[in-house]
Amino acid sequence: MTRTVIIDPVTRIEGHAKITLHLDEAGHLTDTRFHVVEYRGFEKFCEGRPFTEMAGITARICGICPVSHLLAAAKTGDKLLALSIPPAADKLRRLLNLAQLTQSHALSFFHLSSPDFLLGWESDPAKRNVFGLMAADPDLARAGIRLRQFGQQILELLGGRRIHSAWAVPGGVRHPLSQEAKDWILDRLPEARATVTLALELYKKLLDGPLEKEQRIFGDFPSLFMGLVTPQGLWEHIEGGIRFRDATGAIIADQLSEDDYADFLGEAVEPWSYLKFPYYKPLGYPEGIYRVGPLARLNVCDSIGTPWADRELIELRQRSGHPATSSFAYHHARLVEIVACLEAIEALVRDPDLMHGRIRLRASLNRNEAVGVSEAPRGTLFHHYRVDDDGLLTGVNLIIATGQNNLAMNRTAHQIAREYIPDPVPAGAEIPEAMLNRVEAGIRCFDPCLSCSTHAAGQMPLLLQLLAADGTVLAERLRG
Amino acid sequence: MSVVTLTVNGQDVAVPAGASLLEATRAAEAGVPTLCHLEGLSPVAACRLCLVEVEGSGKLLTACSTQAAEGMVVHTHTPRLREYRRMTVELFFAEGNHVCAVCVANTHCELQDMAVTVGMDHSRFPYQYPQRSVDASHPQFSLDHNRCILCTRCVRVCDEIEGAHVWDIGSRGGQCHIVAGLDEPWGQVQACTSCGKCVEVCPTGALFRNTDTTAEKQPNTTLPALLRTAREQHRWHNQ
Repeated sequence: MTRTVIIDPVTRIEGHAKITLHLDEAGHLTDTRFHVVEYRGFEKFCEGRPFTEMAGITARICGICPVSHLLAAAKTGDKLLALSIPPAADKLRRLLNLAQLTQSHALSFFHLSSPDFLLGWESDPAKRNVFGLMAADPDLARAGIRLRQFGQQILELLGGRRIHSAWAVPGGVRHPLSQEAKDWILDRLPEARATVTLALELYKKLLDGPLEKEQRIFGDFPSLFMGLVTPQGLWEHIEGGIRFRDATGAIIADQLSEDDYADFLGEAVEPWSYLKFPYYKPLGYPEGIYRVGPLARLNVCDSIGTPWADRELIELRQRSGHPATSSFAYHHARLVEIVACLEAIEALVRDPDLMHGRIRLRASLNRNEAVGVSEAPRGTLFHHYRVDDDGLLTGVNLIIATGQNNLAMNRTAHQIAREYIPDPVPAGAEIPEAMLNRVEAGIRCFDPCLSCSTHAAGQMPLLLQLLAADGTVLAERLRG
Repeated sequence: MSVVTLTVNGQDVAVPAGASLLEATRAAEAGVPTLCHLEGLSPVAACRLCLVEVEGSGKLLTACSTQAAEGMVVHTHTPRLREYRRMTVELFFAEGNHVCAVCVANTHCELQDMAVTVGMDHSRFPYQYPQRSVDASHPQFSLDHNRCILCTRCVRVCDEIEGAHVWDIGSRGGQCHIVAGLDEPWGQVQACTSCGKCVEVCPTGALFRNTDTTAEKQPNTTLPALLRTAREQHRWHNQ
């Protein structure tokens, strides 16, 4: 009799999901599916609203990365108005996104993922969280929390609030950065640098020791990588063109415009998940599997362009290859990106342009369709709006980073399950918790944000189920 | 000038003859809430928030549209009135589509403030989620019917202060809505002078400037009284 193991809900990610492990009649693993089981319908209910509201509305999709939606919506609005925002506004928006990347990556690494690395895969699930980390290593936990606070505080200094600010608007931004805020950022930068240095040292030691195997097992497979790069091919997070690099390192497409996304990205749908399956159109579905996010951004760029981050990028490439194909390297990539963000934040805050000149332009509607793009912490985010002549939305399409990693997350979960689940699974056997945790951790490499990717609400518990061939639930493990 | 004397919540007050009960309650600093009322515009008693109890009267009276009379004994904050006021505000929220978080008027909205004033933390009535449209045909301003509470401030300010009479109420009952011109898109109404007074006095985010985004609306509700006073006192240079 075939069976399916179901992990439902998946924990320590943002959103609601379950994982099912499908066994054939002999007990061999045949398929692993990452199901996203929530739905919100933002694309539909935004129709009829003025496009100027989209920054405020879409920021509400997510409490972790509202900035990404805010910026993508504001950029799409800029294009509908057919204007180029002033340099100060552009730099202030960049500062906002860098702070967002910093806080989100710190959350992913310290709060969500490091308990696995530092407390152990087999440790008590009740303590394998940020509170357990506080008990085991209070200094590290405090430093991680304060690093996230650093990013969050910059968001508040710019936008007036940490989450769901509506500060970026079509045409620019609402308020400038104050001198006091600038001084605060410069004052706290050394501590942030020290924290990420500590985290990198710690993590590299783990890579050389206890995490050596995970690097090979956690989603190491060939795929394309997609991300923004500058016209010179450097790391980019808000402007620039889209680049695809394949697993051999070859650049297969470069400086693509977000306006043409429908030409190179397709969105497949599977009946068992609300999360779509985007793919690179020229290669078809599912061969056009590609990954986005911190690892993809580091894989597609030639270099980052700042000294410390480039040194760390070289080391990451020495350890994991270029391109790094193991999804486990996402964790390392996040730390390297924090370094890049801190260097870029310092450069921006010291840039005199940031404090001078216009920050907002006003114009009437000049186009009926536009696509905006930004690099969210989890990867490339597209907002596509169609509006009538009065500026009311007639069509909305949001392509979210986590959705673009959907195929890769499924493949990662399957690869880990194949490695850690007994083959064949004996009839009536219990699946050890530590094995299920590794499957979850494979998903956690991508730091998925399901609230965003299905534009859905809810907490993030985990359900894992073992299913028979006829769909009967043979074993089930639930964590909330 | 003759005066009338009356009692508001046990306090004796004297107001000029012809003054409304609302003016009398304000003289007594009774804090009677209002939404449709605006200094400088005629009273219409549309929102029903200023209901008061007057001894000897079998029904509740709207303070804004009732003339103060000699010897009246008025109560403004009885348990029944408090309950009705809260219920009224709950009904406003239930019958429209009010989403404060993304509204242009967030933090500058009189309906939002009123919910706090009357102690409303949720609506006990089922939300109606009506299908309503946005009229963004005007080059500078938009009208979002989802946020309209039919206070008619826009109707009155356009008629009484601007003299353009662009706005009216169309349809009946639950289908009532503000119409521009002869129920045309606002941008096509030639009578509109684009003065923006309707936007300034709107208590919610129903009328707003097209460039306003979340929480950016800054209304100026003192405008009608200012203009009316200026006209009456001939403050213009050419008068």
